[in-house]
Amino acid sequence: MTNREKYINAFVEGLEIAEDKVVGLEYQAIPEWDSVGHMSLVACIEDAFEIMMDTDDIVDFSSYEKGIEILKKYDVEI
Amino acid sequence: MEQLFDGSEKKIWNFNKFAGRMAGSDDQGNHISYEELNDFAEKIRQTIGNRKLVFLIASNTIASMAGYVGLINSGNVPVMLSEDLDEQQLRNLYNTYRPDYLYTRKGRIDETWMGEPVLQFEEENSKNRETDLYVLYRTKGDKSYELFPQLALLLTTSGSTGSPKLVRQSYDNIRSNMDSIVEYLKLNAEEKPITTLPMNYTYGLSIINSHLAVGATVLFTEKSTLQREFWNFFVKEGATSFGGVPYTYEILKKLRIFKMDLPSLKTMTQAGGKLSPQLHKEFASFAKETGREFVVMYGQTEATARMAYLPADKSLEKYGSMGIAIPGGKFTLIDVDGKEISAPGVVGELVYRGKNVTLGYAEEGRDLIKPDENQGVLYTGDMAKRDEDGFYYIVGRKKRFLKIFGSRINLDEVGTLIKDNFEGLDCAAAGKDDAMYLFIDDEKLEKQVESFVHEKFSISLKAIHVKALKEIPKNDAGKILYTKLECYYD
Repeated sequence: MTNREKYINAFVEGLEIAEDKVVGLEYQAIPEWDSVGHMSLVACIEDAFEIMMDTDDIVDFSSYEKGIEILKKYDVEI
Repeated sequence: MEQLFDGSEKKIWNFNKFAGRMAGSDDQGNHISYEELNDFAEKIRQTIGNRKLVFLIASNTIASMAGYVGLINSGNVPVMLSEDLDEQQLRNLYNTYRPDYLYTRKGRIDETWMGEPVLQFEEENSKNRETDLYVLYRTKGDKSYELFPQLALLLTTSGSTGSPKLVRQSYDNIRSNMDSIVEYLKLNAEEKPITTLPMNYTYGLSIINSHLAVGATVLFTEKSTLQREFWNFFVKEGATSFGGVPYTYEILKKLRIFKMDLPSLKTMTQAGGKLSPQLHKEFASFAKETGREFVVMYGQTEATARMAYLPADKSLEKYGSMGIAIPGGKFTLIDVDGKEISAPGVVGELVYRGKNVTLGYAEEGRDLIKPDENQGVLYTGDMAKRDEDGFYYIVGRKKRFLKIFGSRINLDEVGTLIKDNFEGLDCAAAGKDDAMYLFIDDEKLEKQVESFVHEKFSISLKAIHVKALKEIPKNDAGKILYTKLECYYD
């Protein structure tokens, strides 16, 4: 699986949504990405890339695009 | 203005002694002083008089707080409602209670059915004037119900389900609970609590009530702990405390609050369901190591807000306990025959006595005139035990309801609504706190049932688990065997 596939899959599993809804998604734009979904999404991303996200990054992670930017800090290129 | 806060007209708070102090600040740079709170209460009184029933659609904003305080202190009776209610739920409540007025964010509701604007509250530095504007509307209703003279406030029991069941709280209830909280948390004017819970939720409201009683400054933000803006505001204004339900503390742990640099933070309180003993211990240790206080508490809307607290210095030693009765309150445990249990370690139903036990429920407009039906005694529905030192531990519930991220959800109500909505479907609603399990006998409907419950009860999809079984296990009498369902929990 490529990093992009892993990243998208984390949204699909973490938020329990269809793949075609993932790209361009923003925090609180859909009912599934609420505070509960957010924590589960973060857990899925951490598992997928074997990283531990910092507090700053968890609270900055406000969209699909922003997540890609944040993951660069952990040497993950999407 | 003098008249309003003199003698008999004084309702809950007397702000005159806090002249020059700020009652609230928000993350848009707005502030409100105690004088301005008084002024707004006076404006409300001049505009609508007193003893009117007012729906207040609450948010964690200065405007919402000013409306709440102004209505109470002018002798009007607010019904605190969630912003998550949809138009239909709100209309149903409207038809049930026929409020005289409605106080809400402008644009929140279709004005055509709401009536005429009579007063507005505008925040000075607001960046978005249209949405930050709260308006008081006179409704089109021509019929209002009589209000019991001691009735001060009405709260829902389950957040955003739109259920018409309200708890009736008196001026004495609010005052006594507020004074008790001030005493056991030793609150003073230097406190700056930051909002983390909805204002229409009894726990969130009690934080506001008790801090306004001591002249403190409440920090208002609509952002959650998962948003950068929340923490920026927290640090900038130097928040000293916050409250949280168990789920809040799970998030805070995940956010690694143990490593965050929050020099202003002094106190963390927890209520709204039982915190796992493990998490209780971790936060108690964190507080102890960093010279802070972690206070686990216990309460219900039916007791205004709080009934018990675990003193911070016992938090680690007695982790897992919800503590002792608040000042002015008293607990007893009773067995199935209603006899008092005196031995330690024996489980019974927890009964609370105190001035903060509310008047009772209202289920329709005619109930608003009802007098005090509880007479200071509350059967909590929680099963508990007491240790040798007098500390109480919740072990379960008498009735079938769950707490989902702090909101109370009645499982029988969920089951009935599903069966009503999906003809021919059999359903059993069960689960544990923060995880509802719905068992149905038709796998094709799993998704539909999930989204139905999500929308109807505003429960996060994460907390809803629908499982299809060949049949729902029942005894010969047709009663669902819930214990047989527990093996399906993840």
